[in-house]
Amino acid sequence: MTGYILKRLLSAVPVLIGITIIVFLIMAMIPGDPATAILGSYATPGNVEKLNRDLGLDKPLVQQYVIWLGNMLTGDFGTSFALNRPVLDEVLERFNATLVLAGTAFVLCSFLGVIAGVISAANQYGAADKGITFVVLLGISIPSFFLGMMMILFFAVNLRWFPVSGMWPIYGDRTLGVLLSHLAMPATALAVVATGVIARLSRSAMLEVLRQDFIRTARAKGVHERGVIWRHALKAALVAIIPVLGIQAGFVLSGAVYIEIVFQWPGVGRMLVDAILKRDILLVQGGVVFVAACYVVFNIVVDVAQSLLDPRIKT
Amino acid sequence: MSLFHVTRRGLLATGTALALTLGVISGAQAQTPTDVLIVGQIAEPKALDPAAVTAVNDFRILMNVYDGLVRYRDGTLEVEPALAESWEISEDGTEYTFTLREGIKFHDGSDFDAEAVKFNFDRMLNEDHPYHNTGPFPLSFFFSSIESTEVVDARTVRFTLNGPYAPFLSNLAYPTGLIVSPAAVMEHGTEFGRNPSGTGAFTFGEWRSNEAVVIEANPDYWDGAPELQAVVFRPITDANTRTAEMLAGGIDLMVEVPPVALSEFQGDAYTVHEQAGPHVWFLILNAKEGPFADVRVRQAANYAVNKEALVNEVLEGTAEVAAGPTPPAFAWAYNPDLEPYPYDPDKARELIAEAGAEGAELTFFVTEGGSGMLDPIAMGTAIQADLEAVGFDVKIETYEWNTFLGEVNPGLEGKADMAEMAWMTNDPDTLPFLALRTAAWPDQGGFNSGYYSNPEVDALLEAARVATDQDERARLYKEMQVIVQEDAPWVFVANWKQNAVTSDRVENFALQPSFFLLLDDVVKK
Repeated sequence: MTGYILKRLLSAVPVLIGITIIVFLIMAMIPGDPATAILGSYATPGNVEKLNRDLGLDKPLVQQYVIWLGNMLTGDFGTSFALNRPVLDEVLERFNATLVLAGTAFVLCSFLGVIAGVISAANQYGAADKGITFVVLLGISIPSFFLGMMMILFFAVNLRWFPVSGMWPIYGDRTLGVLLSHLAMPATALAVVATGVIARLSRSAMLEVLRQDFIRTARAKGVHERGVIWRHALKAALVAIIPVLGIQAGFVLSGAVYIEIVFQWPGVGRMLVDAILKRDILLVQGGVVFVAACYVVFNIVVDVAQSLLDPRIKT
Repeated sequence: MSLFHVTRRGLLATGTALALTLGVISGAQAQTPTDVLIVGQIAEPKALDPAAVTAVNDFRILMNVYDGLVRYRDGTLEVEPALAESWEISEDGTEYTFTLREGIKFHDGSDFDAEAVKFNFDRMLNEDHPYHNTGPFPLSFFFSSIESTEVVDARTVRFTLNGPYAPFLSNLAYPTGLIVSPAAVMEHGTEFGRNPSGTGAFTFGEWRSNEAVVIEANPDYWDGAPELQAVVFRPITDANTRTAEMLAGGIDLMVEVPPVALSEFQGDAYTVHEQAGPHVWFLILNAKEGPFADVRVRQAANYAVNKEALVNEVLEGTAEVAAGPTPPAFAWAYNPDLEPYPYDPDKARELIAEAGAEGAELTFFVTEGGSGMLDPIAMGTAIQADLEAVGFDVKIETYEWNTFLGEVNPGLEGKADMAEMAWMTNDPDTLPFLALRTAAWPDQGGFNSGYYSNPEVDALLEAARVATDQDERARLYKEMQVIVQEDAPWVFVANWKQNAVTSDRVENFALQPSFFLLLDDVVKK
């Protein structure tokens, strides 16, 4: 087992190095440079050259890359041009906010999606199934940013149930309740599409299981229908559902970008969009590397967990 | 089977209960506190060090925390004393001697004196200064004419320029010229931008990244303590969300209201403020090659574009039609006799026929966004339609803002016939000097990307720059505007009116032509 984990960890090293090269090259190749972005209308060739020199961007690319990588290995991600603070501080703070948002949305969509899927399957072609299918398809079809804007208009501007945007209020204590009131709309808007996908796939996974012999056996021996569905069938279907949850976790995390912009959530997605527009090279590079590293670690954890559950994988 | 119903009902009940609970919690917060003004800003500031920043967004905070030696008089772009009580300009216009106000202290308790002024300008301009590393200082070229800064005595400071330079005073009124506390720079070094200290009406309170910058009243302010207790600047980058926050009562003052959202704020609960500023939106025409090398075709383009329709329909009245290269906000330097080119497609066709440019193909650079560019894609398309109506064949190429600048600033030669552009400046000298002189062609480091050249204009601009008498400068600028309008190196399109919305709890607020946000007189109930 230890050998397998070690092997997986080692294989992550070239992946991470590849990521640093790709993100560095992309930022080097896109037109426009930080000096132009900072100077705006005042970007004369002379001013741009001077500012690039001040920012240390006049060195050859290879040298810039080596310096950046070397600093990063010592934990120094550099300083953001546009925000004038250490990249790592900014990324960690922002990533934290994204985790709160995406984590809540993921829990929401997993529970609601699986429950809706099971109910649908148990009532195949019944009224509940049709109703759920309708709602689910509606949810999948509405773009999350549009849903977010509509929620703001209805629940925040008209009904004033929830605050419009942000993660914390400007004044007052930072209690869990306050956080939840800010979290309710963005987390729901973010969860809707994933809930739909999970519900559809859970339904078909359940239907497949429900047709199998052991379900008939369970019913025949007099197990209560509730037990058949939730204990016997769902347990078997989960094998097919859990990988879907894993994929949806990725979608929720990347879909957070739109939601963070609509609800002004101080997360890492909004940070990256702003940073790209401002050509804040170090912040983009640091942010992407950090998020990518998290994905890699997450994947390793999932792989290891699966190999623990299913010994066939460990080869 | 019954179980599912229970589950669903339970789920519904739990959800509703949750929504109501959360709603009650947040409902209590909808009302913002009295005497604390919450401002919806368009972005997170970069730093609160006036020498290090370039964005209007950051200036809005800085102008309330710092003072300069001079400032713009309320409602104008004319310079009046601030930290300096008075000043003298030497006969040849190269020496400026300022007498400083007495007894002023920075927020950190250190004294404001001539040494502090010298420290500020040396830090920006002198590469050997021990605190030059607190930069970079991207706009330091505003003061590149300063040869030396000299402390005459504690209350007197003298700038020696490398030549007469008339815009010097108004550059001192620009945020780049705001005076920071040397003691605070020494204490915080490169972290000064997050620990600012000035002499202004408000002191720095706290900066919570991506949430808010809080500034608090300075009871000892030399020009009278502000009415407000504090101001909170919230960065809300999305314009729709900013509008929603304003409607929901989460902010009291919103800047840069999108034109389409203005109708939401009709009625007694809100006040919409408008103020024309030193902004001009124009099309650079390539006067070096192609159809626009002929002045008649350039004039034809000015007649062909329906500017009234642009400002009223596309911009929903948030701008006015521009007559020439100088915005009317520079009241003293603006030539009021100038009439905008009327919308006259027939006249345009006539001129095009005279020049033999019928059916000419034009490449038009359009940007997707960018500072002061208003609604560049919609405006670009409307302009394209107007030009096609008089017989041109216009091909639009669209670029993201930074890429766009990278294409346009080095010059349009070989690439395009026309390009959108907009400028906001603080002195009538800046834009024409940087973008209309022959010596400002891109290969000489200027912004004259359309290669306009007229020796008369060159001479007028050079003379205006070295004249120290404002009336004389005004005369020269007015003459320049007439010639430039006739030569039509640009299509003069619009002067933007900055807007803001305040709630009915806010009083005494007015926008400034400088586009700065000055809050020391504002009251909030």
